[in-house]
Amino acid sequence: MKDENIYLALVTILAPLSIAAIGGATGIYAPLQHETVELRQWMTSREFIDLFAVSRLAPGPGSMLAPIIGWNVAGFSGALLATVALYLPSSVLCYGAARVWNRYRGKPWHRAIEAGLSPVAAGLIFSGILGLLRLGQTGPLSWFTVVLVAGLLMWRPKLHPLILIGCGALVFFLLHVVGA
Amino acid sequence: MNHPPPVSLAMIYSLFFRIGLFSFGGQLSSWIHREVVLVRGWMTNEEFLSGMALSQILPGVNSTNTAIFVGQRLRGAWGATAAIVAMLTGPFFAVILAAIFYQWIIGWYGIQSIMEGVAAVALGMLARLGISAGRGAAKGLAPALAMLATFIGVGVMRWPMLGVVAVVAPISVLVCYVQGRRHEG
Repeated sequence: MKDENIYLALVTILAPLSIAAIGGATGIYAPLQHETVELRQWMTSREFIDLFAVSRLAPGPGSMLAPIIGWNVAGFSGALLATVALYLPSSVLCYGAARVWNRYRGKPWHRAIEAGLSPVAAGLIFSGILGLLRLGQTGPLSWFTVVLVAGLLMWRPKLHPLILIGCGALVFFLLHVVGA
Repeated sequence: MNHPPPVSLAMIYSLFFRIGLFSFGGQLSSWIHREVVLVRGWMTNEEFLSGMALSQILPGVNSTNTAIFVGQRLRGAWGATAAIVAMLTGPFFAVILAAIFYQWIIGWYGIQSIMEGVAAVALGMLARLGISAGRGAAKGLAPALAMLATFIGVGVMRWPMLGVVAVVAPISVLVCYVQGRRHEG
């Protein structure tokens, strides 16, 4: 490996991805792997896949893979820098858009855009669910769980989702134990 | 301009900190919707959903954009900063802990199945948000068609999201505008 500044490298990899990644959090996986494994050889392919798996154990956005890579190559400051580099540009952009958007609240055309965008949001949510279910090696059990959880939450809106997450983990684990 | 509801920065921070920490399996938006719209009523359903659509249309890493939108709406620049910093704090330290112990964790028996179960429940939460959004949309023929067209274009046909939204959203908005004017007389 060349004697390069690892902090600078983290920023130059992640800051552009913040805005340019296509498809949200899942869009950063492939370019991150290309940069860290193939181009800079900070880690092996195996290590990258392990880090990816570990990042999904933690709560929060799927893009938390970035701080874990920063941690791996440059410790705590690397993790912090990676987080700022990945989230700051997109956050500033979104803040600007939200500010402009909320400034015109109450105008008739603003109400029309709000009402017109809501069904588009609904369509995007269902597309996201379908995409994620197709992406994984998920079986019918996952499909069934999605429907069951959605139904339970519609029926009992006060039910805390952490209870369901715990139950889901337990049921999938037990089915693994009995070999289903 | 409407006055924002009286929500303090400390309330925003503590709520988003908890959301970040609880959101196993991802799908932050469904957690934000639950806490901000359903439990606390800080925002209307429509306000939240249009903000979510806006967040998704913007380029880049957008899973955290909904938090920025909600924070900005409630308390401006400081609200947005409080929301995003709070939401990332818990996961940041959790992911570092996971990085330290990863070789040990990866060896856990059945860990893959547990993660699959957690992810499926999180997706179920997202589906619940989708149903609630869809209910609002089903009020009229035009919004129902807009929802269906978006889903078929992006979800089923896997056409590029921006292109589909660029076609469907203006039509949907125009219909709402014309209907709104007619309604006002």
